[in-house]
Amino acid sequence: MTSMDASISRAEIMIGAITRMLQGLRHVAVGNSSPIPGSAALLARALSGGRLRVSLLGSRKHNAFTDGGRELFDCAAQGRIDAFFLSGGQIDGQANINLVGLGDYPQSKVRFPGSFGSAYLYHLIPRVILFREEHTPRTLVPNVDFISAAGTSPENEYRPGGPYALVTGLCVFMFDKEKRQFRLQSTHPGVTSDDVREATGFDYIAPETVPTTEPLAANELTLLRTEVARQVAETYPGFAAKTWGVESG
Amino acid sequence: MHTGANVIELEELVSRIPDGASVAIPPDYSGCAMEAVKALIRRGCRNLHLIGVPSGGFQADWLIGAGCVASVEAAAMTLNEFGTPPRFAEAIREGLIVMKDATCPAIHAGLQAAEKGIPFMPLRGILGSDLLKYRPDWKVINNPYAEGDDPIVLLPAIKPDVALFHAWAADREGNVWIGVRRELMLMAHAARTTLVTVERVEDRNFLTDDAMAAGTIPALYISAISVVPGGARPIGLPGAYPADRAKLAAYVEAARTAEGFERWADEEIFAKVPA
Repeated sequence: MTSMDASISRAEIMIGAITRMLQGLRHVAVGNSSPIPGSAALLARALSGGRLRVSLLGSRKHNAFTDGGRELFDCAAQGRIDAFFLSGGQIDGQANINLVGLGDYPQSKVRFPGSFGSAYLYHLIPRVILFREEHTPRTLVPNVDFISAAGTSPENEYRPGGPYALVTGLCVFMFDKEKRQFRLQSTHPGVTSDDVREATGFDYIAPETVPTTEPLAANELTLLRTEVARQVAETYPGFAAKTWGVESG
Repeated sequence: MHTGANVIELEELVSRIPDGASVAIPPDYSGCAMEAVKALIRRGCRNLHLIGVPSGGFQADWLIGAGCVASVEAAAMTLNEFGTPPRFAEAIREGLIVMKDATCPAIHAGLQAAEKGIPFMPLRGILGSDLLKYRPDWKVINNPYAEGDDPIVLLPAIKPDVALFHAWAADREGNVWIGVRRELMLMAHAARTTLVTVERVEDRNFLTDDAMAAGTIPALYISAISVVPGGARPIGLPGAYPADRAKLAAYVEAARTAEGFERWADEEIFAKVPA
């Protein structure tokens, strides 16, 4: 049985790292196609004793929006959302993300779905956590082919939001707003700083010693694999079945 | 049952969408008029300008594969877990359609401007995105109310010729219940013509029932209705019937090539017996 397995999976390490970034917040929203951030948000809510509000797009049970597709965006612009998650087909060292395609635009040789709300939410939500499980020079590049949403802005632009961290399958980077660069914060169990260097296409600040990403505590892991896994299954049945062997409940 | 609703046959409904029309369609998780899209393809419609509110999925990919589309404006084109729509991706590679890439709130804001009858809407964010570089119709001004520098993006109103969607029910007056899917309300408010397929027509008036009225588009905004039970299959209709995942997967598999799409369309849209 997967759920009784003592070893922690890579997805669970990523969920744990993101969960810690959500502690003490009031309202976290999660976009579509985001099972790992969604799991982290629901776990953070369970650990907060219900103080954290979670709006999970695509869910009927964990989504309180009632004013159509626009409400999330209006809500974000008012400052009612503290954290959100974005990914990218490419992410670069200045935290620019590309959700549009590879090669020259508009005739992209590989076309991704598109920018969704990124070009807007990245500017307005204070703590935007980037996530990308695949950590390779192909995904983490020096410069993205198309900037769906810019990592940083000139001083004269209204920008309460922006990148906070980048969580991958190998490590956690924090974004240094002053230096406009990522800083390697921790490597996941079994991963070295050299492994990260080799797999990363962009430059980042690399401290001499880098700690290991702190895994979830035993009680947190149990909560994740039981109550939270069942909540995740409502929106992400395939992910919950594969990760924990859990059905919706 | 007496009905004041303008209820017509599906073929007549889609005949009200002329070639070259701009057509707003909802995302796959809302109310998609899949049977109407099939009827539109059977009619041989051409040069449509699709507007995904805010994204396009199976409906758009079917129309692109069938050669009905000249341009798409959307924040994304996605089949969700099935990835990027295959006919769309090929049309982009081959330069067969014009893509006006947007971001979700820009589509909503453009429709809101149309809803208010004003020429444009300002919106935060977007600055620094390459989207802006390829959208000459999006302009940046300085906030006229700011003390100093405060650049802000202006988006032109999006006034679709047609809004096309599927809903749960109409009443005898032609009011259409959409529940919590209020992007359908926005589409109906913004469009010149709103064409709706519904599961059924109920012999009552939703507007006299407070619980129903809040989720109802008044007949004022509805141009015509067709009764098409199961009209959102195989995408599904939230709260009514689920997606037919096997059918969706079969489409994605078939539509990897133009030939595969043709075979799929012959069977599923034109109901031809395979040779």
